[in-house]
Amino acid sequence: MNGMLVLPVAIPLITATLALLFRKSSVLQRWFGVLGMVALLGSAMILFRDVYTDGIQVLQLGNWAAPFGITLVADMLTMLMLGISAIMGVVIGIYSLFDIDKERERFGYYPLLHILIMGVNGSFLTGDIFNLYVWFEVMLIASFILLALGNSKNQLQGALKYVFINLFSSLIFLFGVAMLYGMTGTLNMADLAVRLPEVENTGLVTTTAMLFMVSFGIKAAVFPLFFWLPASYHTPPVAISAIFGGLLTKVGVYALIRVFTLLFTQDSTHNEYLHTILLWVGGFTMVIGVLGAASHMEFRKILSFHIVSQIGYMIMGLAFNTAMGIMGAIFYVLHNILAKSNLFLISGIAQRLLGTFELKKMGGLYRHYPFLAVLFLISAFALAGFPPLSGFWAKLSLVKAGLSIEQYVITGVAILVGLLTLFSMTKIWLSAFWGTVPEETPENFGKIKLFGAGQLYILVIPVMIIAGLIIAVGLYAQPLLELCMTAAEQLLDPSVYIEAVLGPQ
Amino acid sequence: MKSLILHTATRLMIGVLVLFSLFLFFRGHDEPGGGFIGGLVGAGAFTLYAIAFGTEATRKVLRIHPITLISVGLLSLVVSGLIPMFVAEPFLTGKWLFIEWGAFDTKLSTPLLFDIGVYLCVVGFIVTVIFSLEEEG
Repeated sequence: MNGMLVLPVAIPLITATLALLFRKSSVLQRWFGVLGMVALLGSAMILFRDVYTDGIQVLQLGNWAAPFGITLVADMLTMLMLGISAIMGVVIGIYSLFDIDKERERFGYYPLLHILIMGVNGSFLTGDIFNLYVWFEVMLIASFILLALGNSKNQLQGALKYVFINLFSSLIFLFGVAMLYGMTGTLNMADLAVRLPEVENTGLVTTTAMLFMVSFGIKAAVFPLFFWLPASYHTPPVAISAIFGGLLTKVGVYALIRVFTLLFTQDSTHNEYLHTILLWVGGFTMVIGVLGAASHMEFRKILSFHIVSQIGYMIMGLAFNTAMGIMGAIFYVLHNILAKSNLFLISGIAQRLLGTFELKKMGGLYRHYPFLAVLFLISAFALAGFPPLSGFWAKLSLVKAGLSIEQYVITGVAILVGLLTLFSMTKIWLSAFWGTVPEETPENFGKIKLFGAGQLYILVIPVMIIAGLIIAVGLYAQPLLELCMTAAEQLLDPSVYIEAVLGPQ
Repeated sequence: MKSLILHTATRLMIGVLVLFSLFLFFRGHDEPGGGFIGGLVGAGAFTLYAIAFGTEATRKVLRIHPITLISVGLLSLVVSGLIPMFVAEPFLTGKWLFIEWGAFDTKLSTPLLFDIGVYLCVVGFIVTVIFSLEEEG
């Protein structure tokens, strides 16, 4: 038992409550917004040490023994995800200080941000499939409001699509949970992993697996269920776009990894096509996403389509179903959260300087703001997989995993998509950074300094932190790769997880 | 709404409704009832008052801003969960305190605190919604 396990959920809740209580004071809101995230990061680091030294940590909430109560479980995958979500929380917390206007602040931006992070952390921690559904809902409700907050027309348009498609996906999720409960009489994931292989009607197990695949697939925005994402993610303020684009879809990927390594394995479904379907889905997601990105000319729309494309890589790693593949997928998730959020944050700075997100109306950033250009290059090259940045190791391990089990076609596709990613990043580079300064640019363009009186440094510092992390992960990849390998090995041997939750069998 | 019947009835009803909601709340300790249903009836009382006398008057009667109610409620939820952690037991474990007065005994517990939190959240939430709808129209 590890009582600390509740902290990644409790700290954001306490912060949100206090921020709500002192909602009149803008100063307190901001302090709570950042300090809460820092405390969260601290708790994640302490927990990480426990998991690293002592293996999987378990907490039975309310002292109700598993499988009857709700269990919180932290294995290496959980800890890596919690760590990255806390880092993103801190960074977005700082970025929001300047990016979020007074009006949104007054309507509870900071409490909502913390509730969102609470939902994300809860999803990572829970060891109960129904509880996972609840955390998804917590996360979704907070994200609905964050997306719609501000009430502009295109925001509501985007939010409406987002709300409907996600409610639909939750409904499918709930059906799946109900079917699991009907078949096995339990909702604890470890207990489910024990009982599912004993279910005689394997067809029904496969059906349930497909329900989960569709539901989490919608949340993760995989082909052909991704269309809601590019339609909504470019509408809210950049800080919100960044946390959505970086973190939220990856919760779907996390759920897919968890469910397809713990519950729906070869033992329980007796169906070898499941991972083949995932492989196809992954392949199509990569290609369609990157083609979508190549065809758009709006900064954040390009980035949104890239989210879709990158999700494909993660699904591909999961579909390989080997330690190497899953390790690659986990590493890819971590790297992608960093690189993708950073690009969103940079798009926000560019928009502040040039007054638009339309690439055709942008230009001259390289000439007047070379430092910003360097930050963009680091993130964009990381996304495309240039050595020695983080993306290189992510792609390398996936390609290696693919070649070692002789999946040549999909591996080839993955490499090709990497090139196309570079193409659309070049498109942003050519027009926004290298292009000539457009005529209708705001007057003070080039005159405000990044670290001058305009307080723009509040936006630049988070970007620098993430860029630093990207370089650090790239140059010093081995420790993180080893951690991802530990996570993958834990996932592929569910008996450790089951024993940690239910005790020795 | 200007109606003599409604005004008179509301004045009579509101006390009864609040008492009834508290009754439901404490009954939930051992029998059907509890924070949620009690909170709903309590919110019903203020909704009725808002319909009869308008939201401005209701805000004055309520004294505390509904969103403050929600946040205090949430805070007591968290605190009730955190208390057992100080005696090294998992989050949300029920802790009980029995006080014997002689004539009647009192049972204080973290579930009670949790239920108070639920009550406040429900009242705060529903009153917020009703106020926004009333003021919009």
